[in-house]
Amino acid sequence: MVQTKSKTTEKSTKIKLSKSDMIFNVIIYGIAILLIFITLYPVYFIVIASISDATKVSGGEIMFFPQGINFKAYRQLAEYRQLWVGYRNTVLYAVVGTIITIGVNIPVSYALSRRKMFGRNFFTFFYLIPMFFTGGLIPTYLAVQQFGLLDNFWVMVLPFSVVPYYIIVGRTFFSNSIPEELWEAAQIDGCGYLGFFFKIVLPLSKAILAVIALWAAVGQWNSYFNALIYLRNAELQPLQLVLRNILISNQTISSMSSGAAAVEAKQMADLIKYAVIVVSSAPIMCMYPFVQKYFNQGVMVGSVKG
Amino acid sequence: MKTNEKAKKEKAASDGVAAAKRNPQKRLRELKESGALYLLMIPSIILFLLFTYYPMYGVVIAFKNFVPSKGIWGSQWVGFANFKQFFSSYQFWPTIKNTLVISIYTVAVTFPLPIALALMCNQLHAKRFKKFFQVSTYLPHFISTVVMCGMIILFLSPSTGIIAKLVGIFGFKLPNLMGSASAFPSIYVWTEVWQHLGWDSILYIATLSAVDPSLYEAATMDGAGKFKRMIHIDIPALLPTATVMFILRMGSVMSVGFEKVYLLQNTMNAGASEIISTYVYKMGLLKSQYSLSSAIGLFNNVINLVLLLAVNQISKKLSDTSLI
Repeated sequence: MVQTKSKTTEKSTKIKLSKSDMIFNVIIYGIAILLIFITLYPVYFIVIASISDATKVSGGEIMFFPQGINFKAYRQLAEYRQLWVGYRNTVLYAVVGTIITIGVNIPVSYALSRRKMFGRNFFTFFYLIPMFFTGGLIPTYLAVQQFGLLDNFWVMVLPFSVVPYYIIVGRTFFSNSIPEELWEAAQIDGCGYLGFFFKIVLPLSKAILAVIALWAAVGQWNSYFNALIYLRNAELQPLQLVLRNILISNQTISSMSSGAAAVEAKQMADLIKYAVIVVSSAPIMCMYPFVQKYFNQGVMVGSVKG
Repeated sequence: MKTNEKAKKEKAASDGVAAAKRNPQKRLRELKESGALYLLMIPSIILFLLFTYYPMYGVVIAFKNFVPSKGIWGSQWVGFANFKQFFSSYQFWPTIKNTLVISIYTVAVTFPLPIALALMCNQLHAKRFKKFFQVSTYLPHFISTVVMCGMIILFLSPSTGIIAKLVGIFGFKLPNLMGSASAFPSIYVWTEVWQHLGWDSILYIATLSAVDPSLYEAATMDGAGKFKRMIHIDIPALLPTATVMFILRMGSVMSVGFEKVYLLQNTMNAGASEIISTYVYKMGLLKSQYSLSSAIGLFNNVINLVLLLAVNQISKKLSDTSLI
């Protein structure tokens, strides 16, 4: 494997490699293959473990191939109502939260990218200061409590939707990729700031909208901190909190644990953990390769901030 | 790249000031026209004032004995009593030490490794293989913290975990790592590497792809091998980006993420895993010691700010690259 790779390199560049360069190539490709294995194997293992026989998984007999394929764990999960309530909540939070995040941050990015805005420096500081200094956990908690948002759907999507980082990324994008001439031309045609934003800038900015929407959605999907602090009601809990109960706090969901022997129950609990990891991560993992280029773009745009 | 932009910005600002002096009427017109822009900012300003700036004012409870029924303003001032209580508590040094150990260990490992990975990835010339390598190393970044911690606990279980079975093949017996305080920082840091190494290298890989190919050609002409080209062309090309990333990292040395540590924490490893943010959470929300907890949070916040500014200054002097 390693050698064929270095051979293809040699062929494609049509330059004869020196001996030390050959050794260098072999080492590089060797490390790369090792890293790919280390990265992918745990993910692969979880998938095969979740469909294998519980006793064999805990006995360490499963290494590279599933054995005694069955879907018991998945069947039990299907009947576990709390998981699906969490799933529904997370989808709701992700959709609503993403729409709010875009709606709140992108207009600010646009406003701050206008050079002639009165008080531009002041507002830039207004949005930047919280990147360096915040009130901290307790004062924020007390504020949320005071405004009556504890145990409320909106606490997950509204209070923390203004993100300075997104604003900066958007601003950089607008000032770099919307040419000033376009604005001048629009002005001559009688277009104001608002008309220019909605009719010209937004249609030209689908890439950055996609990037920030993805960040916001994945962030909502993966976060549990706000839910841990601000939500008590089980009906409002997002998927990650349900997962935490199963994976970390070892809450048993198995109905057979009472009747069956303790060992078997423990094995089944482990199997359910593998299955719940698959069920909860599959959507993001399946989506990821297709939207990966947007994430890459985002990292690039985000890095050239001033 | 930062310095350029900064100079440009300063120029634009001074132009604006000069223009305003020349023509106050024009300035007035700008203010009028900006009304539409202010309209766009209103929702975010309201949200920011309520949930970010108002809590900044709420920080004064760090200097008060906060009683919820009296409200923030009505509670009694106590000066630095809350800070003194924290500094003299037996938890003070352990939490600071644990925070610093985890944090410095994390920076020492997760800062240089992505750079090394990018250098390596830049040497992969088989296109498809390179693509596959990137996609697969980015993948774990999208695993949620909860699932990641669940995986760690499952894999490291001394009785049923896969790692115990793997080392068992070679005749070793895996100790209960999750129950040991001394293993905690390493578990935290190296799982962090597994999850984010590829992702953190994206920026560096992109920087390397922008290097002028004629540089490599010239170096090859002069007889430089692959390794020498990497040392003398690639590494200098990465330095400015790396400096900025380093400043950003140093600014948060005292703020280890709450989420992962809290999930991995248990009574057996608490000696190494009780950090400032988990302590703030427990004191504040579980024990309702609002004032004490705010004081600890504020203390942490101020140190972070000072660190960021200090590193920024040093880097400005040394390399002309800075954030602010």
